Amino acid sequence: MKFLSKYRRHKFATPMLIVIALSTLGFTFSAATASPAKSELAASAKSTLIAEGKEIFLKGCSSCHGLNGEGASIAPSLIGVGAASVDFQVGTGRMPMADMSQQAMRKAPLYTEEETAALAAYVATLAPGPASITNEEITWERDGSTADGGELFRNNCAMCHNFAGQGGALTKGKYAPTVMGVEPKHIYEAMITGPQAMPVFSDKTITPQEKLSIIKWIKSAESEPNLGGASLGRVGPVTEGLLVWTLGLGLLVAIAVWLTAKSR
Amino acid sequence: MSARERVAGTVANYVDERTGSAKWLKKNLNKVFPDHWSFMLGEIALYSFVILLLSGTFLTFWFDPSMEHVVYKGSYQPLKDVEMSAAYASALNISFDVRGGLLMRQIHHWAALIFMASIVVHLLRVFFTGAFRKPREFNWILGIGLLTLGIVEGFLGYSLPDDLLSGTGVRIAHAIIQAIPVVGTYLSFFAFGGAFPSELFIPRIYVVHILLIPGIMLALITVHLMLVWYQKHTQYPGPGRTEKNVVGYPLMPVYMAKAGGFFFIVFGITALLGATASINPIWLYGPYTPAQVSAGSQPDWYMGWLDGLVRMAPPWETYAFGYTISWNILIPGLIIPGIIFTGMALYPFIESWITGDKREHHILDRPRNVPNRTALGAMSLTFMIVALINGGNDLIATHFDLSINQIMWGTRIGIILLPPLAFVITKRICLSLQRADRELVLHGRETGRLVMLPHGEFVEVHEELTPEKKWLLTQHEQAAPIELELVDQAGVRNPKTFRAKLQARFSAANAEAVAKPTAQDLKQLENEHH
Amino acid sequence: MSNELAPLSDPGLPAHVHRKADTDPVAEKRAEQQVAVLFGISAFGTLLFIYSYLFIDTESFVFIPVMGNTNAHQLGLGMGLAIALLGIGFGAVHWAKTLMSDTEVIAERHEMRSEDADRDAFVASVKERSEVAGLGRRSLIKRTLGLSVGLVGISPILLLGDLGPLPGKSLEETSWRKGTRLVTDPGDRPIKPADLEVGAVAQVLPELRPGQKRTLNDIAKDAVLLIRLRPEEFQLDSERLSWTYQGIIAFSKICSHMGCAVALYEQTTKHLLCPCHQSTFDVTRAAKVIFGPSARPLPQLAITVDAEGFLVAQQPFNEAVGPSYWERS
Repeated sequence: MKFLSKYRRHKFATPMLIVIALSTLGFTFSAATASPAKSELAASAKSTLIAEGKEIFLKGCSSCHGLNGEGASIAPSLIGVGAASVDFQVGTGRMPMADMSQQAMRKAPLYTEEETAALAAYVATLAPGPASITNEEITWERDGSTADGGELFRNNCAMCHNFAGQGGALTKGKYAPTVMGVEPKHIYEAMITGPQAMPVFSDKTITPQEKLSIIKWIKSAESEPNLGGASLGRVGPVTEGLLVWTLGLGLLVAIAVWLTAKSR
Repeated sequence: MSARERVAGTVANYVDERTGSAKWLKKNLNKVFPDHWSFMLGEIALYSFVILLLSGTFLTFWFDPSMEHVVYKGSYQPLKDVEMSAAYASALNISFDVRGGLLMRQIHHWAALIFMASIVVHLLRVFFTGAFRKPREFNWILGIGLLTLGIVEGFLGYSLPDDLLSGTGVRIAHAIIQAIPVVGTYLSFFAFGGAFPSELFIPRIYVVHILLIPGIMLALITVHLMLVWYQKHTQYPGPGRTEKNVVGYPLMPVYMAKAGGFFFIVFGITALLGATASINPIWLYGPYTPAQVSAGSQPDWYMGWLDGLVRMAPPWETYAFGYTISWNILIPGLIIPGIIFTGMALYPFIESWITGDKREHHILDRPRNVPNRTALGAMSLTFMIVALINGGNDLIATHFDLSINQIMWGTRIGIILLPPLAFVITKRICLSLQRADRELVLHGRETGRLVMLPHGEFVEVHEELTPEKKWLLTQHEQAAPIELELVDQAGVRNPKTFRAKLQARFSAANAEAVAKPTAQDLKQLENEHH
Repeated sequence: MSNELAPLSDPGLPAHVHRKADTDPVAEKRAEQQVAVLFGISAFGTLLFIYSYLFIDTESFVFIPVMGNTNAHQLGLGMGLAIALLGIGFGAVHWAKTLMSDTEVIAERHEMRSEDADRDAFVASVKERSEVAGLGRRSLIKRTLGLSVGLVGISPILLLGDLGPLPGKSLEETSWRKGTRLVTDPGDRPIKPADLEVGAVAQVLPELRPGQKRTLNDIAKDAVLLIRLRPEEFQLDSERLSWTYQGIIAFSKICSHMGCAVALYEQTTKHLLCPCHQSTFDVTRAAKVIFGPSARPLPQLAITVDAEGFLVAQQPFNEAVGPSYWERS
């Protein structure tokens, strides 16, 4: 694989990849057309999806993750990560990465939902892994409990993501991102796949039902209005101290200056 | 005589016949208070203390300092049916089911932050202007005592609601007590009534928070103010202001109206913060359990420097003969704060020993004229700020794209390098300012206007200072350093050689100054011109 | 010093400058009106406060720029109070500044030290009185008084003796016993090794015996974090390796530094971070401290599976969990 990673930035790398991709596609297509009578409609739709996904993969992902998703020194293997992982990473715009920084950031997704689904379908064929989820499948509004979710969140999530889900620092410049404004399915997928530094939360230790509760609590925190005035970022006493030294004491000292100034 | 005056006269007569207060009041209604904005800083602290007493009393009507297990049934939906302590439940109840309760909670907490912040700036004002000098050393110590009590009181206060953040803070305080050599374990068991977290701690600190410490503080504040009253306020130097007088406004009516008005203003600003900015949103933190923690768990700012020091401490522990000494907790948690607070309390005596000055001082110093003290203050402040920054390193890391490891190493090195650097730089700045003052007095203010002299030379017009300004810039004393006398006149060797040497050494460093202009200097200059 | 010989002369207090309101009746009238307006604003603030208390529903919200969606009841009350107080405050100060006399007065200051005659008289008086009391002569009384006062001082300290139990060995003990099942927190479900994927973590507590209740004091010592790695990722000695089970390793969640819950597990680096003081522990090397103030690794709990295949403790913790203390060996 050294050979490939060495030449992945070669000027002919992209054309080569396209040739490989096209020929693969052609091969798949010819294989598919060879026995049209046997294949059912659904299966053929699925295989087209996979093929489409593979094409996208080869164009956009294989330069780092390897031609068969086997990984390289700069990127992990994708064998067995499952469709859920792809849906999370690509759906939240983390993949493809913008630069080789500590950590992939959430940003506007590069691929459309269909393309993401195709990619997910392809990666799922590499080895079995957690399946992706749609927002409709997770019925957090119906089946979750906010109070339980809060306790679970504080026990399992707050230490990295902060008590109000605002995110927090990890070692060496890594960080746990905010969970505010994240789609429910992505929260769910993150829990079952453990993206980047985040560990996996297995279905046996946090049941699917409990995961829905966590999502319900997050959504409740997200929509919670400011009960006591400006939220100051919901990050604890640091911003409170900052405000008291700037605005609070600033105003009082300014007034003291006015109060003791000689009037004209 | 109007009817109103007659009534007032009757009342005054009634009171005076029973107390003889007229004589005292006559004298004290004319009590003079010098006016300067920096003299209001202590007042901010006093007024916040009153606000704390008022709002705190309100909170006690509903707060239940009990660790009894209850299931929350109040109106905050996300915590409905969650098991928690009665203390936490009642704090939620105050926030959501008592009208105005959340406002009062927020006012109480904001007032506490303002109280501590104003104590610190008041202390800095007193320090940098030398207001702690004789005869006010005792009041300085009272102030340090109030600062210390304020820190403890604030910590206990935010620990009461038993939320996740405050429980984490108590956990850390417990670890500090437990780390004290020999008696630590016993002390922690006595303080907590058993192992951490125990059911007894919150009820105990409640009594300490609402009765014991406020009572002591109230007594100390009373003495603090009585001393200010009795010793009369210090004043800034200026024309007509001497060590023998006080120039300002009489208590009645100007000072009373201003100070009274300022109380309402401080209360109003606190209410404004309480109305518009959320503070300590305990409902978001959730109830405390020892198995949980939140990212970015920080104490309130006045404890932040302590937390920052603990974070940057090196991982040292000593294990010997079956015992453990946790230097990683003791040094940042007890030893350094102990040195800082003891040093602060003793500073007036240390300075007076160095200068050999045992006279009374009522005219304040301009910080530049006492470079060593000012530099020492800047050094201590730098130390505290570096520690405070590390106390928020995780938030700084996420908000400025840094790594906590970098910040930690930065502050670990910074706390050793930056304070001495601040000392040197500040001292140099003070001396430069002295030099600038000297130039101003001798040569006047640069006006920026250029004038061509008859022979073609361009000179800048200098505007001479007013006599008032000249006086302000030259009124200070420039004391000579203490001479080292190793052998006295009779030829006997001074028995306290080391102390004397040390004193002479410090005194020499302390006396470093740019000579201020004298009347002779000015006269000489004048002669040269004419 | 030569400097002190000839200082510049003090020109004395500058002449008083009159304010506009002192000389101009129009300005005076204007200042008076301004003060009245400020007091009027204060009255309006109190009305807002009363209105908010009585008529704004505690569940109603209003959108305020910068602040976002904010509780209207709380905001109305607070702003009402703030306006009421600030109105009075600014009014009073403005009144004092513009309309009350601003002539500076000078008061004499005297040295704190009493007159010598008074000091001598005081010393003489004290001497005379102590003579009357006989303090100098009756040394027996003096000594016994000192003894008894000193002893009385001990009693309140003794009374504090029941503040807490003695620690004894309690800090070394947790609820973990040989064969105690690991159950999820919350949920109390036992765990099988297969329940955890590689890279998974689980917060666990010891299973409750029938009728037993779990207190916060128990949790403060019992909380454990389970982590599953690939077995080949461990760099452990054979004993510590035998404490793991199929790549699953268990550590006390209570930080060995100051007792916060350490559970920030980074799957990529296999590091555990404490959010309170940033001690960082390397899971692959038995939670060795690699950064931060903690001096000791997190205690490791030896685990295995029982007959039914559930994860259990092999033995109690072999060291005290949580922060250090003097008697900890």
